[in-house]
Amino acid sequence: MSLATLLLLADGRLPSGGHAHSAGLEAQVSAGRVRSVADLDGFLRGKLATSALVSAAFAAAACAAPAAFAGLDAGLDARTPSPALRKASRAQGRALLRAGRAMWPVAAIGREPHQPVALGALASAAGLSPHEAAVAAAHGTITGSASAAVRLLGLDPYAVHALLARLAPECDRIAELAAARSGDPVDELPAAGAPLLDIGAEHHATWEVRLFAS
Amino acid sequence: MKAEARVVAESDGLGGTRLAVLRGQSPLLLRQTGPRVAGGVTVHLVGGAAGPLRGDELRLDIEVGPGAWLELLSVAAQLALPGRPAPASRLTINATVAAGGTLRWIPEPLIAAAGCDHLAITRVAVAAGGALLWRDDLVCGRHGEDPGDFVADTLIRYDGSTLHRHELAVGPRAAGWNGAAVLGDARALGTVVTAGPATLTAGSATPNAAVMPLAGPGLLATAVDADIRAVRAVLDPFCAAHPTAKAPVPA
Amino acid sequence: MHPEPQHPEPQHPEPQHSEPQHLEPHEHGPDEVPHTHPDPGVDPHAPLHSGPRALRVGIGGPVGSGKTALVAALCRALGEQLRLAVVTNDIYTTEDADFLLRNGVLPAERIRAVETGCCPHTAIRDDISANLDAVEDLESSLGPLDLVLVESGGDNLTATFSKGLIDRQIFVIDVSGGDKVPRKGGPGVTTADLLVINKTDLAPLVNADLSVMERDAKARRHELPTVFLSLAEDRAAAPVADWIRGLVAAREHGREL
Repeated sequence: MSLATLLLLADGRLPSGGHAHSAGLEAQVSAGRVRSVADLDGFLRGKLATSALVSAAFAAAACAAPAAFAGLDAGLDARTPSPALRKASRAQGRALLRAGRAMWPVAAIGREPHQPVALGALASAAGLSPHEAAVAAAHGTITGSASAAVRLLGLDPYAVHALLARLAPECDRIAELAAARSGDPVDELPAAGAPLLDIGAEHHATWEVRLFAS
Repeated sequence: MKAEARVVAESDGLGGTRLAVLRGQSPLLLRQTGPRVAGGVTVHLVGGAAGPLRGDELRLDIEVGPGAWLELLSVAAQLALPGRPAPASRLTINATVAAGGTLRWIPEPLIAAAGCDHLAITRVAVAAGGALLWRDDLVCGRHGEDPGDFVADTLIRYDGSTLHRHELAVGPRAAGWNGAAVLGDARALGTVVTAGPATLTAGSATPNAAVMPLAGPGLLATAVDADIRAVRAVLDPFCAAHPTAKAPVPA
Repeated sequence: MHPEPQHPEPQHPEPQHSEPQHLEPHEHGPDEVPHTHPDPGVDPHAPLHSGPRALRVGIGGPVGSGKTALVAALCRALGEQLRLAVVTNDIYTTEDADFLLRNGVLPAERIRAVETGCCPHTAIRDDISANLDAVEDLESSLGPLDLVLVESGGDNLTATFSKGLIDRQIFVIDVSGGDKVPRKGGPGVTTADLLVINKTDLAPLVNADLSVMERDAKARRHELPTVFLSLAEDRAAAPVADWIRGLVAAREHGREL
């Protein structure tokens, strides 16, 4: 375990394509559901309880057993009804693998795995624990959207980071929960869904003009 | 209260469907209501009591044999209520659909009243060549009321593989459920999962709805709105137009 | 996954493949640093196809300087001679790609648009993954290519391409931005492999002194070339197309760029 390695993996400056994804935020901004820091708070709490929990559990599971990647990848397919979100997750998984392979000897997990599977495999290659993989996954899920909110809405970056600081304990709790369940059979891993993320992603993918890939 | 119900539909060998088993206990009472579709059988769930209430343990088993066509409807909304202090109420549905069989589950909405604590567990296994349409509508709270705790835990398998795995949680214990990632200001949600080779063209019906091709052979149609009527306006036509609405023509 | 490179990269010399191969640091391409693969279970990520990858030329510059029009001109000039594809990074997903399609200079399957999340400079410099994926996808779907043009989104004078993404870069400014732009410098003007000063036909209208621009560019760029261009008068962007032809020819003859 290396804290500095974990920080590298969780750093928003890791060149893994994250900057081009709003993780569902752009669609909800356009729909008028997110306009303020308070709205962003609700959005991020919902993400933590749903997609962050799922991502963290699958990242932890992939870290514990990278060789089980195919089953985990299928498990994420079954938890991601939106084709646009499956595509975004796989694009980010591919980009993360590209960065990870330059940094550590990453196991073979396919060309375009879902992002949490890639994250778990990278964490494993970097010598991190499943719990640390879960922390990185949960943290990445909310910080990506928060950064997109600053760019899309011009929100005060200090107010947004104050929000992220308030959410940090919840982020830790979700990661603990995810890591504790990471040894479960794939069908029993967390599957918390978020209908507005699905619907928003499908509409977003049809826009003529958009700033973010998802 | 504990209750169990079971329905088994099988081919009658003449191109139609017959019910080999149809039994239930209040509040899970089942009634055959006549074939709505030639070759098929329609069964209604008729609520025998208010509920579910906390502490209730309800179980419904559905089995559709090869070549059979079964549609399950309900006469009224389920109203999940607090009742006495007790563990969460639970409704567990286990369904299987054999090759050539069709199951349509289109009940009235579940209303999660303030103070309720209810868990709905759905496990469906569809064999290769079987067809499924599975609808669940949810209303969060009665009029002007915040909902109690409700969790839907759904697993749908097709041809031995997991096709759709989904959990949804609303209510005081579900952080962020009313944020813009999950339901936002919407208080009504409807989902239709279809499994099997028969599909409709996918498309985004309204700004608050989407029809999504799953990674496996199936679709998910999701609609949210402030009002269940808007959800129905999207999903009722979808269910009516879906290929499963017609019983299979006997070979 | 890695259609990279048998061709030599100046910064990363091709490693000696001693045995056992996978225990030695080895080169995958300009987007990766040398690393070891200690485990047999580790992905060998063999290239999708062998042979040298396409020459990648980045085209950057401020908003409105004429990047997309230059790309269109280059497609017209080079499309018949070279196996060519384009990646665009406009802040709006499809605008630039649509422009190229509307102008009929390149079929749709030869154009990829990359979303940049409000950060066009990030996508070409700090986190080039989406652009690399787009280039690789074009090469794997179209087969071997001679040239991939990567057009940046309109940004500012500081936006330059990462050497992990492109082999050579062109920076496009125009005379209507003011004849002081070359003097101001900035990484785009000073370090681009080719500086294009565009819209020279407008110079009299905006009181831009081309000789001043030429002198300042020379002072900033020393030996690096600068060309003047008016796409209104030269629809094939001849000096830029010639420069690119020279790069492609040099590469074919195995010379390092």
